[in-house]
Amino acid sequence: MTPTYYLLLAAALFTIGAVGVLIRRNAIVVFMCVELMLNAANLTLVTFARMNGSVDGQIMAFFVMVVAAAEVVVGLAIIMSIFRTRRSASIDDSNLLKY
Amino acid sequence: MSNAQLLAETATLAAAGDMSTGETVAFWVLAPIALGGAIGMVLARNAVHSALFLVMTMFSLGVFYVLQGGPFIGMAQIIVYTGAIMILFLFVLMLVGRDSSDSIVETLRGQRLAALVLGVGFAGLVTAGLWRALKGISSTGLDEANAGGNVPAVAKLLFTNYVFAFEVASALLITAAVGAMVLAHIERQKGERRSQRQRSQTRFAPGNYPAPKPGPGVFATSHSVATPALLPDGRPAVESVPRPIEPRELPPGTITPKG
Repeated sequence: MTPTYYLLLAAALFTIGAVGVLIRRNAIVVFMCVELMLNAANLTLVTFARMNGSVDGQIMAFFVMVVAAAEVVVGLAIIMSIFRTRRSASIDDSNLLKY
Repeated sequence: MSNAQLLAETATLAAAGDMSTGETVAFWVLAPIALGGAIGMVLARNAVHSALFLVMTMFSLGVFYVLQGGPFIGMAQIIVYTGAIMILFLFVLMLVGRDSSDSIVETLRGQRLAALVLGVGFAGLVTAGLWRALKGISSTGLDEANAGGNVPAVAKLLFTNYVFAFEVASALLITAAVGAMVLAHIERQKGERRSQRQRSQTRFAPGNYPAPKPGPGVFATSHSVATPALLPDGRPAVESVPRPIEPRELPPGTITPKG
């Protein structure tokens, strides 16, 4: 059995994350869904590394992890500062830039 | 354990091209857990539950990485993602939105249904594409690449071919740390800061109740034994205070309800 099933699982996880981004309102949960999508991409990269027989894919997954860590730090700081001014973590409430 | 034995141990960790029976079993046990965690994260009303469900999914993914001949990336997944990033999420959740649950009201009508339909369609497309593209494909396996151990193999590539990306990543991390500090920092003017003397004066000023406020969920205005219970019409019931204790007499200004 080739490791195709890992790729299918990653596709399913990515889809769940995308649907979560679309239907959830809490900014932090939306952010967690984005993390889930990044993780799904990582699983794909690691599986491709194994199928190709080189660890390049694992290194790419490692870089994705680094970027995700940086993104989480900045994103959560932005959510915090929005919460401080608007007293809300709902993405529907931050609509001042609309129109 | 000798060095050769250690090498042999790491060689068994290297994933072959095809899934062995043990790996297949582990996959079918952990894949439903990962999927369930993901679905639970999207569906959970409480954001803290969402975070814990996501931790479950990330743990299973870490095990998958180890199974696929990437012990380093698997451990990094568990340490960085479940250990650091999710804890950061929980910190911010506790600071910000623990009780702010999602509103059920849809701002855009039919948005959820549309999102579900889109999701199912997307999953179908990707799965069909993957299935067609990967039919009859052969998998090399990491036996050869991981022959000297996974960590040396990763290090060799990381510090030769990818060394520039590695340096850029360090710059990115520094920038992110500075950015987070700038965003989360509260600017305070020098005169705004109140001294301890001023705080004490406002605390004991008439009209303010000086003692600590009762804990959340307590309906009484104070949790002292000397505070009499209130009768239904709002008058204090003096009999509710035990005899040896004198009922506390407060000037009218201080009896006002504490917010």
